[in-house]
Amino acid sequence: MEQKTTSINGAQALIRCLEKKGVEYIFGYSGGAAIPIFDALVDSKIKLILVRHEQGAAHMADGYARATGKPGVVLVTSGPGATNTITGLFTALMDSAPIIVLTGQVPTYGLGKDLFQEADVFGMTAPAVKHSYLVKNSNHIPQVVEEAWHICSTGRPGPVLIDLPKDITSGACTVSLENINMDLPGYKIPGKASESDINAMAVLLNQAQKPLILAGHGVILSGAEDELQELSDKLDCPVVTTILGKGAFSENHERSVGFLGMHGTAYANKAVGDCDLIFSIGSRWDDRITPAKIERFCPNAKKLHVDIDPAEINKVLVPDAYAIGDAKLVLQQLIEKIKPAKHPEWVQHIVGLKKKFPLSYKLHGGLKAQQVIDEMYNLSQGKAVVSVDVGQHQMWAAQFYKIHKQKGWLCSGGAGTMGFGVPAAIGAQFGRPNDLVVAIVGDGGFQMTFFELSTIMIHKLPVKILLIDNKYLGMVRQWQQLFFDNRKSGVDLEGNPDFVKLAEAYGMQAFRIRRPADVKKVLQKALDFDGPCLIHAEVVKEDNVFPMIPAGATVNDMILKEPKMAMDKPVGST
Amino acid sequence: MIEDISIHPTHTISLLVVNRPGVLYRISMVFARRGYNIESLVVSPALDGRYSRITITAKGESDVLEQIIKQCGKLIDIVHAEEYKDNSNLEKELALIKVKTNSADRPEVLQIVEHFKAETIDFVDDSLVIQVTGDTEKLDAMTEMLKKFGLIELVRTGKILMRRGSNKT
Repeated sequence: MEQKTTSINGAQALIRCLEKKGVEYIFGYSGGAAIPIFDALVDSKIKLILVRHEQGAAHMADGYARATGKPGVVLVTSGPGATNTITGLFTALMDSAPIIVLTGQVPTYGLGKDLFQEADVFGMTAPAVKHSYLVKNSNHIPQVVEEAWHICSTGRPGPVLIDLPKDITSGACTVSLENINMDLPGYKIPGKASESDINAMAVLLNQAQKPLILAGHGVILSGAEDELQELSDKLDCPVVTTILGKGAFSENHERSVGFLGMHGTAYANKAVGDCDLIFSIGSRWDDRITPAKIERFCPNAKKLHVDIDPAEINKVLVPDAYAIGDAKLVLQQLIEKIKPAKHPEWVQHIVGLKKKFPLSYKLHGGLKAQQVIDEMYNLSQGKAVVSVDVGQHQMWAAQFYKIHKQKGWLCSGGAGTMGFGVPAAIGAQFGRPNDLVVAIVGDGGFQMTFFELSTIMIHKLPVKILLIDNKYLGMVRQWQQLFFDNRKSGVDLEGNPDFVKLAEAYGMQAFRIRRPADVKKVLQKALDFDGPCLIHAEVVKEDNVFPMIPAGATVNDMILKEPKMAMDKPVGST
Repeated sequence: MIEDISIHPTHTISLLVVNRPGVLYRISMVFARRGYNIESLVVSPALDGRYSRITITAKGESDVLEQIIKQCGKLIDIVHAEEYKDNSNLEKELALIKVKTNSADRPEVLQIVEHFKAETIDFVDDSLVIQVTGDTEKLDAMTEMLKKFGLIELVRTGKILMRRGSNKT
């Protein structure tokens, strides 16, 4: 029987494959080399979200992915369109977020010939992706999409880029779009751990008197929140999280010790110092949570490590026992081997630490960011999906906005990308239309991507933007004050616009908070407002984030409040 | 301060990779990211043409190399990446050495060629091209002995490696 050939082009095949994957939105910005793909979108049920800058598109896809667990998709053109996504790719790579970036490219005959808007996108993006493709045959498109989807969303997730020359998207695609085979003989996805590794970990967990679980982003990516709860219950074991692990374990729980690290809670860091076993699940002992001299990290504690990425084992420290596998499956295996235990003294010690070293701020001496965020937490009853930018406000948000909802915390942790907060909130709101989404951002980061207010307004997304404005790049200013004799350099954001007027110029409702007494009233108004709005909180200019462990130092060096004397320069990275 | 990597031992890494564009680029990035230099590199199609064999030698600290190998191993197109630490494997490389010669010192050069079981593959009035195969140490030793006659050019293939018997490389 003669095979009937379909008369679709590569771009149409691409879009149909994405439709079959259940893609709802593509965040994109058009351009010459991508026109065939944008053309194919005209007839698609996938909704194109036209952004204002390609970096915004990448962060939106990232926010969508983190908030829903489903891959986010980006479509941009060649050359500068593609290079503008690199920060977004890198951000997604560092935090293991599944996104697919489709880049238009000049026709194949022009590759390497410096055509208009030709860039070596494959080469430029290679270190910022989990994997990438340069497609040179229209008939390869279905398989490439199938593989890209699989790679970005399985194992340790991450960004995948597909570079699509214009003649390939325009040319006929005659292969079937059904039952597409993948050809990935080198791709390994760890699942369950070996029996012997599980047993070795179980022995140490059963022996521990003061065990502490360190839950990272991997718990959330694996959907292992329930297993984590079960393990913590069975072992009577307190849980600290990394900043990306916020939400892996309800921060309302008695055994929750908050997040650890440079600006983590004092009780979390002290718990790390006091435990006799620390069990990292899906965290990579990042340099924000471990000292530069790694032998000084919990010197008396056994270290256990579960990671889906074999390259993370032994990278920072050599654990006493480890397992390579998917957090959910490994925890299920482990729970069976754990003897129910009670550690009343240890848990009481943790509860005591929480009482003795609470997070705090003063209500006098001007408007404090902490009060604004704390009140936002109270008024929204901790139910918001919170997206943050990078800097002091990010740390205060991590401290004062407790997360007890799954996938409720979106934060550029590894990359520390300013400009992430607003577009990530937009992506999250698209993915979770019925949830309250709050972007907590600083005046620095907000100005890197604020043009996406257009995107919010066009789509009437009810995002609430809480802008913490101290007119400084506050985190760097804090370092300069503490470690560089207060020699301020490159941190004064003089020339900030009137942010209320700026929002209004986009047609967005805006509120202003200047006095501590107004916080509750104004925030309530903003939350009650039906639709998107911006809350401009003009906080005191010079306030510092505490607790603080200087970069590279240990929990013993943690400072809880403003030091009276000049401090030595930190030994660790930034 | 520039780190002197030359003081560290040489490591031999064997990789089985999918035979696709860009694979070598991704591998070399893992080294370059740390400022590590690849000393030698051999790429050739494997028995099954869908795959390629790569043998890399590089100097560096052992724990850094372990990390590099793991990070190579997690690249999507790498089937496996492994360091070969013991000396029980077959390791060979080939060198072409162009040596200045004249009628007076030619006999001694030819003696050296004979001793190393090498051969001359180009013979002109004032130079010889010698082809030698063997392990790295042998090639180093021969090159050293020929230095006094005056080396004009030296080209080496880099090391290839195979496991003995029924063991798979």
